[in-house]
Amino acid sequence: MRRMPPSALVGLVLTGTYFAAALLAPWIAPYGMAEIVGDSWEPWSATSWLGTDSIGRDLLSRMIWGGQTTILVAAAATALSFTLGSILGFTAAVQGGWVDQALSRGVDLMMAIPSLITALVVLSVMPVTIPVLIVVMGVLDATRVFRLSRAVAADIAAMDYVEAARLRGERQGWIVFREILPNALSPLVAELGLRFIFAVLFISTLSFLGLGVQPPLADWGGIVKENREGIVYGIPAALVPAVAIATLAISVNLVADWVLNRTASLKGGRGA
Amino acid sequence: MHPVVTLVARRVALGLILLWAASVLIFVGTTILPGDVAQAILGQSATPVSLANLREELGLNEPALTRYLDWMGGVLRGDLGTALTNGEDIATAMGRRLGNTLLLAGVAAAIAVPLALLLGIVAVRFRNRWPDRAISTVTLAAISVPEFLLGYLVIYVLAVQWRVFPSLAAVYDGMGWAETLNAIALPVIVLVLAVLGHMMRMTRAAILNVMQAPYIETAELKGLRPIAVIARHAFPNAVAPVVNVVTINLAFLVVGVVVVEVVFVYPGMGQYLVDHVSKRDVPVVQASGLVFAAVYIGLNLVADVVSILANPRLRHPR
Repeated sequence: MRRMPPSALVGLVLTGTYFAAALLAPWIAPYGMAEIVGDSWEPWSATSWLGTDSIGRDLLSRMIWGGQTTILVAAAATALSFTLGSILGFTAAVQGGWVDQALSRGVDLMMAIPSLITALVVLSVMPVTIPVLIVVMGVLDATRVFRLSRAVAADIAAMDYVEAARLRGERQGWIVFREILPNALSPLVAELGLRFIFAVLFISTLSFLGLGVQPPLADWGGIVKENREGIVYGIPAALVPAVAIATLAISVNLVADWVLNRTASLKGGRGA
Repeated sequence: MHPVVTLVARRVALGLILLWAASVLIFVGTTILPGDVAQAILGQSATPVSLANLREELGLNEPALTRYLDWMGGVLRGDLGTALTNGEDIATAMGRRLGNTLLLAGVAAAIAVPLALLLGIVAVRFRNRWPDRAISTVTLAAISVPEFLLGYLVIYVLAVQWRVFPSLAAVYDGMGWAETLNAIALPVIVLVLAVLGHMMRMTRAAILNVMQAPYIETAELKGLRPIAVIARHAFPNAVAPVVNVVTINLAFLVVGVVVVEVVFVYPGMGQYLVDHVSKRDVPVVQASGLVFAAVYIGLNLVADVVSILANPRLRHPR
């Protein structure tokens, strides 16, 4: 393995820190998620490093607990969209014919409406709970994974070794999981980072609109919503999640770029 | 028939099919999914009797196909139904808001499009030197932050610290043009920042693509200044992809509007949709979802038609 470029290292360290903070929230957060520790919007101090929020909860603790919700929901949605999107994409590419037509036209239709609008329409009748949010985000995002994995798999499905496996009489599952998946993995891994960031932005936007994670549970979009009134009085509490979201987005992008460059130089192209 | 006419007609027909399919999708999304409209309106504590009454009142006992045909028939006649929450006629309530939203999006587009083209051309002219790098970095940073945070950042700096523009975009009847523009300045800035990055990067890529053509080398070799090469030879040939880029980003703008309107409490379509999603007012959600889908599909249609028309190979078939 070649030496890592410094930008990828910075990205990896920051991403790692955010994930570690999310997983270790119960041990590293100075206060409880909904614990009231002072007056509203106290300035930064030694006892609460980022000050307090609109009703006097410690902002740093809210950010750590909120990071846990945001990152775990986004990770779960990304995992769902990848499983669903890549399996359907590979199936479409391998099967061809009417299966491919039906799946591809269905995805075209779903992508004809912006995903935020579809999500809002669906959430107007569904109860807004975390499992529902994960499923809605995962299914909507699976359309993009489907397009990518279908394109990549269609290239691979034309290779001689896949033809050989077919002639050997291997089953569909073997061809998808043992022949195509290992060879399609690198472009998909790079895409994984971008989809994860998209999911973080999506869940934050939904929570900000009041249609995502519900209070008292903390999450980054919700923290902006709770503290938005403070902005007009010059209290920057609502901007703290901005820093977290932007640095997470940039560091995951740096890692994804590095993965993409590495695999591109190994394979001589992105595949799709 | 001229092949361009056939192509355009086929694309328009596809757009209409997509729009119809979108209406089915929106209807299915609000009725056939496990969530129940009556339950959603009344909440978990509703008694079975009141649920049954509300279902009857909303016509939920009819078969889904009948309800869809009723709804679609109304929409085609311009009747979007009435809101559950206040019994208001949706089409009337929507009219003014749609105008407000189009004003916001229109002003943002009028600033973002020329700016993105200019920045794209500058970036190509100085590619891989510092102006290109600076433009790329700033636009990349702007895309990495979600619109609503960009909104509060802009409010914090421009409205609270520097006091240049009002923090809320309040517009009402009888406001002069200058006043209106002043009121919507901040949301416009946010929308411009949100789409500028993609638009500029895609413009840059489209022009760079054309720059590899042999006639560009000829133009360079006959001694034209670099900016003239780009403006006279590269840009006209990049018009088709660039127009495509611009329209696709205008479609993004339509979605960005939803969030930005909520941030600035602007009385437009986005605010209307989000409000009624939280109130679980399904007829309003269906109608505004359909309007957003129609605008989005329409803009994508325009993008494709323009790139068909701008393609000289299709216009002058041999």
